[in-house]
Amino acid sequence: MKTPDDELKTLADQEYKWGFVTDIDSDTIPKGLSEEVVRLISLKKGEPPWMLDFRLKAYRHWLTLVEPRWAHLDYPPVDYQDAHYYSAPKPKKKLASLDEVDPELLETFGKLGIPLSEQKMLAGVAVDAVFDSVSVATTFKEKLSEEGIIFCSFSEAIREHPDLVRKYMGSVVPYTDNFFAALNAAVFTDGSFCYIPKGVRCPMELSTYFRINQAQTGQFERTLLVADEGSSVSYLEGCTAPMRDENQLHAAVVELIAFDDAKIKYSTIQNWYPGDKEGKGGIYNFVTKRGACRGRNSHISWTQVETGSAITWKYPGCILLGDNSVGEFYSVALTNHHQQADTGTKMIHIGKNTRSTIVSKGISAGRGQNSYRGLVQIMKGATGARNFSQCDSMLIGDRCGAHTFPYIDVRNSSATVEHEASTTKIGEDQLFYCNQRGIDLEDAVGMIVNGFCKEVFRELPMEFAVEAQKLLNVSLEGSVG
Amino acid sequence: MLNIKNLKVRIEGKEILKGIDLSIEAGEVHAIMGPNGSGKSTLANVLAGRAEYEITGGEILFEGKDLTVLAPEERAREGIFLAFQYPVEIPGVSTSYFLKTALNSIREHRGEVELDAFDFLALAKEKMKSLHMDEALLHRSVNEGFSGGEKKKNEVFQMAMLDPKLAILDETDSGLDIDALRIVADGVQQLRDEKRAILVVTHYQRLLDHIVPDVVHVLSGGRIVKSGDPDLAKKLEKEGYGWLLEESGAVAGGGN
Repeated sequence: MKTPDDELKTLADQEYKWGFVTDIDSDTIPKGLSEEVVRLISLKKGEPPWMLDFRLKAYRHWLTLVEPRWAHLDYPPVDYQDAHYYSAPKPKKKLASLDEVDPELLETFGKLGIPLSEQKMLAGVAVDAVFDSVSVATTFKEKLSEEGIIFCSFSEAIREHPDLVRKYMGSVVPYTDNFFAALNAAVFTDGSFCYIPKGVRCPMELSTYFRINQAQTGQFERTLLVADEGSSVSYLEGCTAPMRDENQLHAAVVELIAFDDAKIKYSTIQNWYPGDKEGKGGIYNFVTKRGACRGRNSHISWTQVETGSAITWKYPGCILLGDNSVGEFYSVALTNHHQQADTGTKMIHIGKNTRSTIVSKGISAGRGQNSYRGLVQIMKGATGARNFSQCDSMLIGDRCGAHTFPYIDVRNSSATVEHEASTTKIGEDQLFYCNQRGIDLEDAVGMIVNGFCKEVFRELPMEFAVEAQKLLNVSLEGSVG
Repeated sequence: MLNIKNLKVRIEGKEILKGIDLSIEAGEVHAIMGPNGSGKSTLANVLAGRAEYEITGGEILFEGKDLTVLAPEERAREGIFLAFQYPVEIPGVSTSYFLKTALNSIREHRGEVELDAFDFLALAKEKMKSLHMDEALLHRSVNEGFSGGEKKKNEVFQMAMLDPKLAILDETDSGLDIDALRIVADGVQQLRDEKRAILVVTHYQRLLDHIVPDVVHVLSGGRIVKSGDPDLAKKLEKEGYGWLLEESGAVAGGGN
């Protein structure tokens, strides 16, 4: 008789299905990082002097920093000179519309299931797609601009909306924030920019897909999203990469700003290549994401489903500056095989009656190591602040690990802070119960894990919740044994 | 339907079942009684295919097929249902979703079309009604926060939905008050028909007042030491197992 272990071992041979490479002509600069490289990137992108100045300051600051090593992650030192810092698909000519995008590229995005072509208008999602370092196309731009919404690549924003970029870029995550934020500020090549004007409710989901294609290329994108007074927006990013033996670096920065009564919902489905079963290859994902609730009653909600990457280091946080502002963090992080994740959030309560909610679900399988690291800080003036944190870990098999590092810093005695944590092991009993009802092992594991993550999935926009569940099931295959 | 011949089973190196012979035909209800640690639950779990039990001898034939080579889910799809002594909680998974997945995997195996959400719900509501159970159970997570009685009712409800050929009830009466016991027992009685075999594993006779079996077996020390009619169960209730064990010379052993 086949045991559950045997069966799951068979399933372990499932390949990462987004692991294809697109054969496309690229403009890639030589490996290495120096002031000349930073200047070259800025030159290639035709940037104004103020942008080059920002990059150079960041680069010089970066040189004074050392890579942080406090996370519960184990990986060899990264050689920052051994990567390309700029790679762009060579356009056949200047792109005027989507019809002129390289068909190879469109085919790639088709494989990824991204509704890039105008025909897919019905999907109702506006997409900005970033391929290696360059934003390729933004759909629905006209429709959005009727509402006064700006949604474009970061490069275009630097050209077309320099005042907005200069005003807000680096105001939430300054280049001095940390090692990876400084690196990103120096060498970032593209990303997405979004501005929602006063009182406008964005009529559709906005979405960016990031794709690393070129070998030995680091990807450094930057996202800046500003929601002006009384506006609201829901934004989703997804990411994939080809399978490669070497590790690739990804260091992104995301800044969100919400003014009075504005609401931003930011969802991430992170599915970078996680490396193979033996832990070879995979993306090193070092990301700084932060939202500033600057206005009264502003609201920022982070939802993340992290299933990819060999190493994940990210702590999307909220600075709750405006009175009555609300910060939320809903996270599912799954580590299988040799994946490691150190992820969580920071909630900084500054304004009065600010509220934050943290729901973190960590799933460890195979030899995966999963850490929740979170900071809840209540500053002196944050009278009546409230936080509720719930950190649940699930273990699948007996070679993985789950860790929780909560930091709580309360400086106002009227605050209420609650922290709940649990660790469960997916039980033989649960699996047998499902099997006995005719449900096979793969479906049973998927069902139990999805049930565990339910509180987070229900925060995702409907169409992406289904995608997230499927992704989780695929990522779980081969998780026991 | 079910033929067990000289079945020997070990767990963690210890022999629990030491040669069981048992035959059950369609339409029959058999009860297995016996003192604690006699191997009753082991037998129920071995039939369902729980992995930690090692079969060291004998055979189990279900409708003429060797059951021991089948995985638990394959046995379930062939029509074997186990009502658990301790039903497991699955947080975040609604009972209706769980059961719809189960039912459709069994229907697929039988070559029947999958039920869609509407047909499933209609069927579930009909079964709920006939079992006098509360529909709200469908929307709750599987067994999560259920009382002991609710868990056992849920087992009987699932049994009614999955329509097994062989239903095994493992101590389904344990932890039930009189009212819950009646609902559970009535539910099982409703499922009694000429096509289905039912194996009731119980420590006490009280369930057998409601579900009167055709045959009662007494399991002790890993062997069936006596088989008889329902009066045997009544005698055991009154006089305990002592006289029987002396008569048969069996030594109570094992443990589960």
